[in-house]
Amino acid sequence: MNVDLIVFLGLAVVAVATGLGMLLSRNAVYSALFLVLNFMTVAVFYLTLAAPFIAISQVSVYAGAIMVLFLFVIMLLGTEHLAPSKALPWQRPLAGVLAFILVAESVYLLVGRAPAAGDIVVPDAAVNAMDAIRELGSLLFTQYLLPFEATSILLLVAMVGAIVLTKQQKGGRK
Amino acid sequence: MVPVNYYIILSAILFTIGALGVLIRRNPLIIFMSIELMLNAANLAFVAFARATGDAATGYSGQIFVFFVITVAAAEVAVGLALIVQIFRTKHSINVDNMNSLKG
Repeated sequence: MNVDLIVFLGLAVVAVATGLGMLLSRNAVYSALFLVLNFMTVAVFYLTLAAPFIAISQVSVYAGAIMVLFLFVIMLLGTEHLAPSKALPWQRPLAGVLAFILVAESVYLLVGRAPAAGDIVVPDAAVNAMDAIRELGSLLFTQYLLPFEATSILLLVAMVGAIVLTKQQKGGRK
Repeated sequence: MVPVNYYIILSAILFTIGALGVLIRRNPLIIFMSIELMLNAANLAFVAFARATGDAATGYSGQIFVFFVITVAAAEVAVGLALIVQIFRTKHSINVDNMNSLKG
C-alpha cells in the first residue's frame, strides 16, 4: 500500500463522513458546516489531481462565498430546525432503496463494465506550480473566450435577479 | 499511485448522498446544499477523468469545464436563496410540505 493510496483513502473517508453528516444532522447550521468541510476535502482532491486553480476556486467560491450565503440565509430566516413532517412516511425507506440502486448501478456501469484505464499519480511540486495556471488562463482567454463572456452575463443576470426578487416593494404588502 | 476508478467510485457515492438528501430532507436549504454536493461530485469526476485520460490540452479543458460549473452553481445559489427568502416572506414557513398552493 503506497502513500498516495493512504492519502486518498483518508480523504475519501472524511468526504463521505461529512456528506453523511450534512445529510443526517438535525440542525441546518451543522449541515452547512459539514458541507464546508466536505468542500475543503474535495479541494485537496483537486490538488492531488494537479488542478491547483480549481482547488483554490473551490475554496474561495464554494467554501467561502456560497456557504457564507447559505449561513446568512439560515440565520436570517431562523430555520435551523424544522419540525419533522408526517407527510409521506414511506418516502424515507423508499429513498434509501433507490439510492442504493443508484450507487450500485453507477458503480457497475462506470467501473465494472468499462473501467477507465490509468492511474492518478499525485503530482510533485513542479506540476502544481504556476505553469499549469498560466496554461489554464491562456486557454480560457483564447479557445474558451465566448463561454467565458457568456458566464459573465449569466452572473450579471443572476445578480439582478437576486436583487429584484428580494427587494422590498415600496408601499406594497410588507 | 491511485487507480482513477477509485475517484469515480467516490464521486458516485458523493452524488448518491446528494440525491438522497434531495429525496428525504424537508428543509429547502438542505435540499440546495445537497444539489451543491451533487455538482461537486460531478466536478470531481470531471477533473479525475481529465487527469487520467487527457494530454496537456484536453486535461486543461476538463478543468475549464469545472470552472464553468462552479460559476453556474454560484449563480444558481444566488437566485435560489432569493426565491427561498421570498417564499418565507409570503408563507412564513419554508417547509417544502407547505408549498402546495398550486395544487387544485
